[in-house]
Amino acid sequence: MTIMTFGRAINTGLRKAMENDPKVVIIGEDIGALGGVFRITDELQKDFGAHRVIDAPLAESAILGTAVGMAYRGYRPVCEIQFDGFIYPAFDQIVSQVAKLHYRTRGRVRMPLTIRVPFGGGIGAAEHHSESPEAYFTHTSGLRVVAVSNPQDACTMIQQAIACDDPVLYFEPKRRYHTKGEVDEDALEDALPMDSARVEVPGTDVTLVAYGALVQTAREAAQAAEDDGISVEVIDLRSLSPLDFPTVEASVRKTGRLVVTHEAARTGGLGAEIAASLTERCFYYLEHAPVRVTGMDIPYPPAKMERHHQPDLDRILDGVDRVLGRPNSLTGLED
Amino acid sequence: MGAEHLPASEFDIEELEQSLVTSDPAAAPPLVQLMAPDGSVREDAKYGQYAAHLDGDALRAMYRDMALVRRFDQEATALQRQGQLLLWPPLLGQEAAQIGSGSALKPQDYVFPTYREHGVALTRGLELSKVLRLFRGVSNGGWDPRESNFHLYTLVLAAQSLHAVGYAMGVQRDGDDAVTVAYFGDGASSEGDVHESMVFAASNQSPVVFFCQNNHWAISVPTEVQSRIPLSNRASGYGFPGIRVDGNDVVAVHAVTRWALERARSGKGPVLIEAFTYRMSAHTTADDPTKYREAVEEEKWRERDPLLRLERYLRSTNTAGQDFFDQVTVEADKLAASTRADVLAMEAPDFEDHFANVYGDPHPLVQEELEWHRQYQAGFAEDNAGRAEGEAR
Repeated sequence: MTIMTFGRAINTGLRKAMENDPKVVIIGEDIGALGGVFRITDELQKDFGAHRVIDAPLAESAILGTAVGMAYRGYRPVCEIQFDGFIYPAFDQIVSQVAKLHYRTRGRVRMPLTIRVPFGGGIGAAEHHSESPEAYFTHTSGLRVVAVSNPQDACTMIQQAIACDDPVLYFEPKRRYHTKGEVDEDALEDALPMDSARVEVPGTDVTLVAYGALVQTAREAAQAAEDDGISVEVIDLRSLSPLDFPTVEASVRKTGRLVVTHEAARTGGLGAEIAASLTERCFYYLEHAPVRVTGMDIPYPPAKMERHHQPDLDRILDGVDRVLGRPNSLTGLED
Repeated sequence: MGAEHLPASEFDIEELEQSLVTSDPAAAPPLVQLMAPDGSVREDAKYGQYAAHLDGDALRAMYRDMALVRRFDQEATALQRQGQLLLWPPLLGQEAAQIGSGSALKPQDYVFPTYREHGVALTRGLELSKVLRLFRGVSNGGWDPRESNFHLYTLVLAAQSLHAVGYAMGVQRDGDDAVTVAYFGDGASSEGDVHESMVFAASNQSPVVFFCQNNHWAISVPTEVQSRIPLSNRASGYGFPGIRVDGNDVVAVHAVTRWALERARSGKGPVLIEAFTYRMSAHTTADDPTKYREAVEEEKWRERDPLLRLERYLRSTNTAGQDFFDQVTVEADKLAASTRADVLAMEAPDFEDHFANVYGDPHPLVQEELEWHRQYQAGFAEDNAGRAEGEAR
């Protein structure tokens, strides 16, 4: 076990993947000498060479499109998208090409790409640097989508994503890059499968589903609720596509109450899918309609206002109150 | 793999100067032509040597391939008109551009086509009727690209140009001697992916040949709307050579492509070839060219027909006689008949098959929906069985 930051944990996972498989190459903007704008690829070009850690010209569609060609040739490319809001120029390559080529070639051509995307707000960034575009990709068949929440998962799941023969979008909560945690670098073998959710905090009254940066906030909310005598079970979704319904379902059958939280806008978001699916799957176990605590259906606000937009501890607790039928922001806080 | 494979900042200044000799960037570049429309041979100091190996056998084979793919194209068009195909994009008029370039490739080279490269498919040894699976509506692919080094057709145009560059970057890392060819047209030349692919290919000095068939029409929009300068001139902006070749001269296309492939293979980086040709037929069977172009334009290009040109040469030089042409006609009709038989026999696979390769590894949602589909279908089977039973009574 080593204590390391979230960012270092991804770096360590990348390094291990590159050591284990000479076909792993990384391509992205500024990832070489600089080590990426967040230093996630720090020192990798120096150690593995510029032919494996490729500083790409500044064009996201081409980063994805050439990665498709390299995958075709037998490589396992890891693409770094510099910021969430920069992924859209590559959208066609991801949804029309990366997602479909395995299917179109009847499995003759595999697409073992990993697409790393720093996502979410909370770092006081400029416009287009704080977005949560995950739902665009969970809507597309042929892709797998994961979001990591802690250094251990960050290290393990980047290796699982790279080893996976399907394309994986790997969302990294950029505001947690400097969070430290214990990491067992050799945990890969006994690790939870990439597409499994994890019960982070066991509880009995409310199921609280989160992913990425909000898992930590959800844990804090569970702690605060406990002080109020409410037992919240926190589930770290980890895999956004496919969703691990059995794990969430087992929890909801136990608690009868579901709160889902994410930074992305509410409409058409993951919360909508989870609320609808869980209602279908365990309607008779529910004591209350599922509650979503999400970003609003407005453009991501300028940094000085982002705290009003993002779900935080209080808003998550408000969601817990709503699902328990306690006084809340909708009913008015006075009894 | 060492540092010599890394992106190089220097480029071949002499070659660049060559293309900069024309002071007016909009000026038409010289057209490479080795065989005039009347079948007479033209000398070319630079590219002539790349066609010198083409003996009678080779020229007859090129004619044969052009005739076969033209007949195939005609049959596919008929099959669409008869309701047997959803759609068909004809290649009529572009046979020389495709057979000439495709025949210059080596087996290890890899082609990334659009959806009109039926002639190139033939040169890659692909059984042509497989191309029709896509247009019959029984598959979204149709063939195993790894068998013929001929990628599936790409319908969102220009995406494939990046795949060609990425594959070539893989070739560089493997130290292999394959070259990739990205096919696209004058319309797709406006797409951002073509620009990005040229930037990446130049930056990496990758072994890619960009083969642009300028067939003058992007559905209804003429090339002038896409570009104010000859498309081949764009290459100098990226730092590699661009050549405009008479796309209806199969010998010149072959020679220029061979030169570009050899150059790329030897590590000198990409080339853009603009094959100046003409789409004699509609964009697809759903298109109506009478809405946007004059018949007189088509007439002008009919005089420049790629098959007629080579036939004139073959006859005037006694390289081929009537027997040869009769034999090609018989073979082409045979191909048309077998194509028709293949298409009529093509049936959609079971819908369950469609779930099989969405992912490489097992996927719970796909599995769940497949099981639901089976159950739902089984309900109909019981229903039908019940009805049949009732009728029997």
